[in-house]
Amino acid sequence: MAIIIDQDTRVVVQGMTGNQGSFHTGQMVKYGTNVVAGTSPTKAGQDHEGIPVFASVREAVLERGADASIVFVPAAFAKDAAFEAIDAGCKVVVMIPEHIPVQDSILIVEYARFRGAKVVGPNTYGLISPGKSKMGIMPNHIYAPGPVGLVARSGTLSYEIAAALTEAGLGQSTAIGMGGDPVVGQVFNDVLHQFEKDPETKACVLVGEIGGSAEEEAAEFIKTMSKPVVAYLAGRAAPPGKRMGHAGAIIERGRGTLESKRKALEAAGVTVVEMPWEVAPAVKKLLG
Amino acid sequence: MKLYEYLAKGRLKAHGIPVPPGLLCRTPDEVAKALEEICPAAVKAQVLVGGRGKAGGIKFAQDPEEGRKVASEILGMNLKGYTVEQVYVEGKIDVDREFYVSVTVDRNARKPLVMASSHGGVEIEDVEDKYIVRRHVDEAFGMQGYLARDIAAEMGLEGDVAKQVAVILQKLYEVFRTEDAELVEINPLVVSGGKVIAADARLNIDDAALFRHKDLPAVAEGTELELKVKEIGLAFVQLDGDIAVMANGAGMAMATLDALQHFGGKPANFLDAGGGASVEPTAQAMGVLVSMKPKAIFVNIFGGITRCDDVANAIVQVKKTQGIPVPLVVRLVGTNELQGVEILRHEGIEAFREMSEAARKAVELAGEVR
Repeated sequence: MAIIIDQDTRVVVQGMTGNQGSFHTGQMVKYGTNVVAGTSPTKAGQDHEGIPVFASVREAVLERGADASIVFVPAAFAKDAAFEAIDAGCKVVVMIPEHIPVQDSILIVEYARFRGAKVVGPNTYGLISPGKSKMGIMPNHIYAPGPVGLVARSGTLSYEIAAALTEAGLGQSTAIGMGGDPVVGQVFNDVLHQFEKDPETKACVLVGEIGGSAEEEAAEFIKTMSKPVVAYLAGRAAPPGKRMGHAGAIIERGRGTLESKRKALEAAGVTVVEMPWEVAPAVKKLLG
Repeated sequence: MKLYEYLAKGRLKAHGIPVPPGLLCRTPDEVAKALEEICPAAVKAQVLVGGRGKAGGIKFAQDPEEGRKVASEILGMNLKGYTVEQVYVEGKIDVDREFYVSVTVDRNARKPLVMASSHGGVEIEDVEDKYIVRRHVDEAFGMQGYLARDIAAEMGLEGDVAKQVAVILQKLYEVFRTEDAELVEINPLVVSGGKVIAADARLNIDDAALFRHKDLPAVAEGTELELKVKEIGLAFVQLDGDIAVMANGAGMAMATLDALQHFGGKPANFLDAGGGASVEPTAQAMGVLVSMKPKAIFVNIFGGITRCDDVANAIVQVKKTQGIPVPLVVRLVGTNELQGVEILRHEGIEAFREMSEAARKAVELAGEVR
């Protein structure tokens, strides 16, 4: 078991023939992801690394049975791409692009709710169920199958922690990037609900950061969880009013501080560690 | 992008929200001339910081001569780090009541959020919760008339004022949507002689949506160095410490600052060199760090998409061209790690594997160990 994707997930890559799409399609195939189709506005009818390219997601679904999409198109066209995938029947849509207008993201999330689809991101590195499938841009070699459910707002920081977990002999059931934007489809709360139900997941790691209150919201659910949670929160050195790289990483008018998140998570029984390298030892201790 | 008050009011007016008459001026003479049309008037500094009034950035004038005098006091003054280059001359209005209205994004609900209060004129954070009305809008369907009427009624308003506020709420939502706002706020929304008018306004546009709003003038916000690095296309924030920092990825860069602070160091900046940056942008980023003349430089790379050999080559390039005259600590792991470490070793730079050790070393070399 794992959450959201596994070996049976049939993936279509939107924007497969572009630079990023092309490179990461290769990496996903190498990892074992079942990439069944790609789309391109100009290269429909061709093959790309042995994978058929279609003009629309609808065709990819009808002819190849795609049920999940990963989007690599430029931000200005991302809303259209997401709507296309959801309308064609994809139940998982992974939105890699950064700088998607926030009101586009609101509409994407609304439409996904309406049609019963899950949107991961935008501005995410994607998700991986180690040993089964990956839909994303994360490096292949740092993950291993195992009992830890990992959810993070940030990519590289989550790689750092995943690699440390793997090195400590703690594999992952699924590792998922929530995304660094203010509005994203899968928030900590949604992901933790799924980890709680997943029999393979024995413990969860939450990697949060300043901005918004997704961590505080998650804390409410964590109070009811049976599985232990370890959290690391980035941004204690961040000044208020400044965007720290991610569009969503900003302390605005007194909201989104690290202190508020730490308090809420600790009150929910979460082990909140101070530094990223303390995550793996803390998980090890909890799993005994 | 935050808009200056005069721009924000211009957008509100374009959508049919009543605002006082106003003129933008750059010199005391222009202000005196404006006072011939608009009198009495408030002369307001156009800067992107709150609390202008208290800091002396808003003054009143009864005639053109007084306008010239207060303008010469305000223009050129330093308001919380910003030099005042423009003032907005705006008709003074008598205030009977002050309300608050705004539309913003509720990140958790993932919907637009309307907030309104009959207790306006102060920061909304200082208003008691029971006086704030909060209602979400389904973006796909927009704000319907009933919702605007509901909100006005919940604010405790009646009669013609309630009607005017309801109309303004719908128009405010229209501004939020069509202008791709992150925040549109009228505070205070005043009642003046029975007429409801936007006396002050904030309008922040989503940076990611600026491509749809080419008609808006660019408003640059940030220090000189921040603006320079922004042009290179990197996420950069200037801080007040003296250890310059580069990392790949926003979360990693934040964690790197935290680690330096953890060991007693003071980071000089936040710099996300990108999740997959190649040699050239990485070298440019390094160049910026050197130009900041820090006590030490800390480069923290977890190579996923970023390749360690690219980072190493970028460092070597800067060392050979610009020179790196301060202690440099590099932590390098991940994709092509061995090649990267070897390239650096050839230049006499010993890379670290562990983030904790590297951060501690950077703090030590900057002479800040606790």
